[in-house]
Amino acid sequence: MMQMARGAIHIKGFVFKGLTIAATAVIVAMLVLVVGNIVLNGHQQLSWGFFVKAPEMGMTAGGIFPAIFGTVALVLLMTIAVVPLGVLTAVYLHEYAKPDSRVARLIRVAVGNLAGVPSIVFGLFGLGFFIHFIGGGIDKFLLGGEVAWGQPAIIWASLTLAVLTLPVVIVSTEEALRAVPDDYREASLALGGTKWQTIRKIVLPHSVPGILTGSILAVSRGAGEVAPIMFTGAAYFLPYLPTKLNDQFMELGYHIFVMSTQSPDIEGTKPILYGTVLVLLILTFVLNLLAILIRSRIRMAQRRAR
Amino acid sequence: MKPAKDKVMSTAEDEKESTDMLEEQRSSGEKTGMPPTAEKNRGSDRTKMSVEHLNFYYGETLALKDVNLSIRENHITGLIGPSGCGKSTFLRTLNRMNDIIPRTRLEGRVLLDGTDIYQQNIDLSVLRRRVGMVFQKSNPFPKSIFENVAYGLKVGGLRDRTALEEKVEKALKDAALWDEVRDKLHTSALQLSGGQQQRVCIARALAIQPEVILMDEPASALDPISTAKIEELIQDLKKDYTIVIVTHNMQQAARASDYTAFFLLGEVVEFDETSNIFTNPKDKRTEDYVTGRFG
Repeated sequence: MMQMARGAIHIKGFVFKGLTIAATAVIVAMLVLVVGNIVLNGHQQLSWGFFVKAPEMGMTAGGIFPAIFGTVALVLLMTIAVVPLGVLTAVYLHEYAKPDSRVARLIRVAVGNLAGVPSIVFGLFGLGFFIHFIGGGIDKFLLGGEVAWGQPAIIWASLTLAVLTLPVVIVSTEEALRAVPDDYREASLALGGTKWQTIRKIVLPHSVPGILTGSILAVSRGAGEVAPIMFTGAAYFLPYLPTKLNDQFMELGYHIFVMSTQSPDIEGTKPILYGTVLVLLILTFVLNLLAILIRSRIRMAQRRAR
Repeated sequence: MKPAKDKVMSTAEDEKESTDMLEEQRSSGEKTGMPPTAEKNRGSDRTKMSVEHLNFYYGETLALKDVNLSIRENHITGLIGPSGCGKSTFLRTLNRMNDIIPRTRLEGRVLLDGTDIYQQNIDLSVLRRRVGMVFQKSNPFPKSIFENVAYGLKVGGLRDRTALEEKVEKALKDAALWDEVRDKLHTSALQLSGGQQQRVCIARALAIQPEVILMDEPASALDPISTAKIEELIQDLKKDYTIVIVTHNMQQAARASDYTAFFLLGEVVEFDETSNIFTNPKDKRTEDYVTGRFG
């Protein structure tokens, strides 16, 4: 009897282990399928011309340079907006607000909820708030009704993305601030440093790797989002590159959406579509890799100390 | 720093007095008209800090009960007592480091050269430049040795490179560390040994030339040789600084300090010259503690 019971337990353990392995295998298989499919179908597209040319002949030929340019510009503007805002908020929450104050707790809950809002909602918010309210307001009160800012534009799209990625920056910055030993803060204050000096000279430098990681995560999240920019600035096709903040722009993710759903000749765009997906994938991988590299380099430098 | 709005002021008679009061005092110490030697000699019986009817609360818990102490200039005052008796808390009331702990409250007065450091409008940066501190766990910044020692000077507004270099060198010499680190001032302080790191922290505190130095068990985490070096150093510092030191180690207190206060459950049981505390205690509890019967 004993032997049998032990045997049953062993079998259960064996089955459970098998389940975990099977689940992992499914994930790996999915990843290989997705990436493999894209690389196989997309790699022959990758030529110099594909990167530097604009789409031609109803997107069935040419390249995707405007979309790459637009993506980079969009993400750059977004970073300029989101990093200072997110870092300042995190500094307030962690360094100035009392640790258990109701306000701080409320803000944290709000930030957490912001992260859970579907991205299409941000798109509509951007349309209503940035374009109609702010942009329209500028046009009405400063430009006397001439439409310059109250229309989809790269500035509004990047600000919308900034709102979307704000939680990423706030949470990772707060984590980084939490990792700064209180010993350092106390030592700085005990040497006559003010709170501001302590934050500027001790706390923030020590948090740079965490802040940078958060920023790059935000960038790679922002670069992959389509819904928030659909209404706020991304264009189906543009014969020129955006040069002003209120220009529209082309973007990789949106370009993929457009080619796969809106194109008059879906079969004809397929090779280019695969190529574009591959480029977006590579861009995201490279960004993440960059984040990891920068972070580990700063950590090593910190260990060796300045 | 936040203003000490939740501190209860008992007899803050000079509430209108401005922030500059501490600063003025600091500079006027040097121009009292007396030659420096006379100042030194007179300093030996002078009270540098005095604590009157001090109560301290963490939330609702009373951590210090009616503490009265006076700290003599250019002497070493040792604080002994079992863990949790409030000696570290007391030490941190002397430069208002407890202000950064939420939900704490203080009653009574702490005077530095006659000025209540808990009155309103006290500039905490100035106070802490006059009353420096060395912590139990050595906590050099993850910066170079030079940057560590120069930190207090820089946040105090000193920019001149030559002056910084001179002061850093002097502080490291005073902390008996110069010969060991003179060739590697720009390497990380974290690469030094534990004892050297603690001396960097002492040098860092000395660099801003405080008048009082608070030390919270500065040698507790160190090996015997480093401990001996730090103890020797503290004796040397006595001629220029007033020192208050918390210690767990009875022999260290007996060897190092001129006056000793015995803390128990937030109260000062006995405060006297060190020799009296250790050889002729008046209170039974002090005797039990110093003879090792508990604690």
